[in-house]
Amino acid sequence: MSEPQTLVDKLWSTHEVVRRDDGTSLLWVDRHYVHEGSFHAFSQMKARGRTVAEPGLTFGVADHYVPTRGRDHAIANPEIAAMVRNLEANTTESHIALFGLRDPRQGIVHVVGPEQGLTLPGLLIVCGDSHTSTHGAFGAYAFGIGASEVAHVLMTQTLWQKRPKRMRISVDGTATVGVGAKDIALAIIAHVGADGAQGHAIEFGGSTIRTLSMEGRMTLCNMSIEAGGRCGMVAPDATTFGYLKGRPYAPEGDAYDRATEAWSALASDAEARFDREITLDGNVIAPIVTWGTTPDDALPIDARVPDPSREGDPVRAKYLRDALDYMAIAPGKKLTEIPIDRVFIGSCTNSRIEDLRAAAAILAGRVSKVPGLVSPGSSSVKRQAEGEGLDRIFRDAGLEWADSGCSMCVGINGDLVPSGERCASTTNRNFRGRQGPGARTHLMSPAMVAAAAVSGHLADVRPLLAGRKP
Amino acid sequence: MEKFVQLSAKACPLPFSNLNTDQILPARYLKWPRSKGLGTVLFQDLRFDADGNQKKDFPLNQLLWQSAKILVAGRNFGGGSSREAAVYALYDYGFRCVIAPSFGDIFAQNAVKNGLVTAVVSDADVADMAAAVSSNPERPVTIDLDRRTIVCGDRTYAFEIDPVSRNQLLNGWDDVDLTESYRDQIVRFSIEHRARQPWAVPARAGTQVS
Ligand code: SF4
Repeated sequence: MSEPQTLVDKLWSTHEVVRRDDGTSLLWVDRHYVHEGSFHAFSQMKARGRTVAEPGLTFGVADHYVPTRGRDHAIANPEIAAMVRNLEANTTESHIALFGLRDPRQGIVHVVGPEQGLTLPGLLIVCGDSHTSTHGAFGAYAFGIGASEVAHVLMTQTLWQKRPKRMRISVDGTATVGVGAKDIALAIIAHVGADGAQGHAIEFGGSTIRTLSMEGRMTLCNMSIEAGGRCGMVAPDATTFGYLKGRPYAPEGDAYDRATEAWSALASDAEARFDREITLDGNVIAPIVTWGTTPDDALPIDARVPDPSREGDPVRAKYLRDALDYMAIAPGKKLTEIPIDRVFIGSCTNSRIEDLRAAAAILAGRVSKVPGLVSPGSSSVKRQAEGEGLDRIFRDAGLEWADSGCSMCVGINGDLVPSGERCASTTNRNFRGRQGPGARTHLMSPAMVAAAAVSGHLADVRPLLAGRKP
Repeated sequence: MEKFVQLSAKACPLPFSNLNTDQILPARYLKWPRSKGLGTVLFQDLRFDADGNQKKDFPLNQLLWQSAKILVAGRNFGGGSSREAAVYALYDYGFRCVIAPSFGDIFAQNAVKNGLVTAVVSDADVADMAAAVSSNPERPVTIDLDRRTIVCGDRTYAFEIDPVSRNQLLNGWDDVDLTESYRDQIVRFSIEHRARQPWAVPARAGTQVS
């Protein structure tokens, strides 16, 4: 009998080309996604007079800089237009398939990859974006890399990495109505801290996780990086295989059957040992919002923000004061008394069809008290939502229904939260200025953003669910 | 890549934890080419107010520390995004070493690739050093990467850094050249891998629509 292995170990060893004496491994990359921001890497590659080693395993997506309004016109900002054009030129030149601005499959890279069946269990997937951890939802080993590493993958289809420590986070129990993957993710981050999983690859398990849909698992794995973990994963199962069946780039027919058989072995062995184990009770997780400037500043919606004067540790007290000051929230204030200026529903965290349905379930027949933007995760999600009439619900509620892209998650396409404004957002980072200089961000689930919209302040979604299907 | 062996330079304290990549280099500068030099917009929104005036209380705005090459920062420095441009901004400004209790994983990897040392010490040591350089800003701090020591004031501190990263920095190694020496193994692996996991290859060729 060989040593019992974790899922992380299995994925690692099947991609290890060589291991140096110092313990660093050269890993084979099955899928490489590039976006507009990858231009530094293409420049590095060209500066060395090199070409892309495996264009067939590389896919480009235009998402970070694309406009979400007025796509029929040329992009007004020349610098932004150049970013989109640059990606087109680099991918064309290197014979890389591109889901470009006008492609009906365009969307956020972490939505498009899974949706097209490019993201599969057992693959090693990288992209020059930290939320590449999203793809781990399929039982893939997926992590974000910097520009020099992107260049290395372009040139060699491999990457030098040190094996991370293994961490298992188990959530067991039945999530209550109104509580979803985003709440679970925020509960985990609040528990382990924004840097708590540094140096670790996370495997999520437990009955609460098992019952999550693929959309929910993607939300969860997406947020792994906000706990400091470079990658997060969920072992593939019938939910995974069902999602992948019939996707454009996924195996078909006999190949699909053989693949699912192989994928079924991708689970941690019963006796496998983890460097760290954390267990959370899924029965007691409430809807959660962030109040501060890092994602671990997260509390259940019925709580009050901290009061620095009651904090014994002076360093922590100073942190709390600075965070509350930036967020313009009085110490000890009830979360539900914090008024908001706008809402945003979108980003690779929460912009899939299920997320839009959850928000629409709350908004149907109601009106938002604040302006807001809804940007579906992909053009395909947009069409599907329109087919289901969700766009009408958002529009009737007074929110703007836009095209797909990173949009107000990071604001580099020009979709910014104005300075000083407070935004209830389905995104992943509440860092100072993340949604624009001086912007104040509260992270929460799509249903909770909808609840905040119709309330005009941070609000508990649960009472608003009465008589509705969540 | 430039080698890093030893450095004696002024050190600037930045006593904040979670200085993430969005703070180091705000996203709106990500479209700048490297040739433009990103040092001018390092910590832009922490250094300057909305009107472009220097914020007096930000340490890097003190004349004495503007020529610092070492940063003494709080926990989880460089957490957040994978933007390597955050490292470019630090490097282009002139920084060659960041001392902190912990770093974002991707940031630390990006740093090595660009000759920036990430020196890990305890919270208490960071507080100590920050106090020492604050009371005596002119006095240089010395980083010895080979011995993994920091001399600050009259004390010597040991720091941690991933041994592989240390080697790479000491030798100025280039990953791509190193990988080239394994070319045969890579070719062999890719053939075997495709045979073992035929489903890992996309079921159809990509098409280009821009
Ligand atoms: S939506 Fe936000 S977090 Fe996701 S890839 Fe785009 S910028 Fe990054």
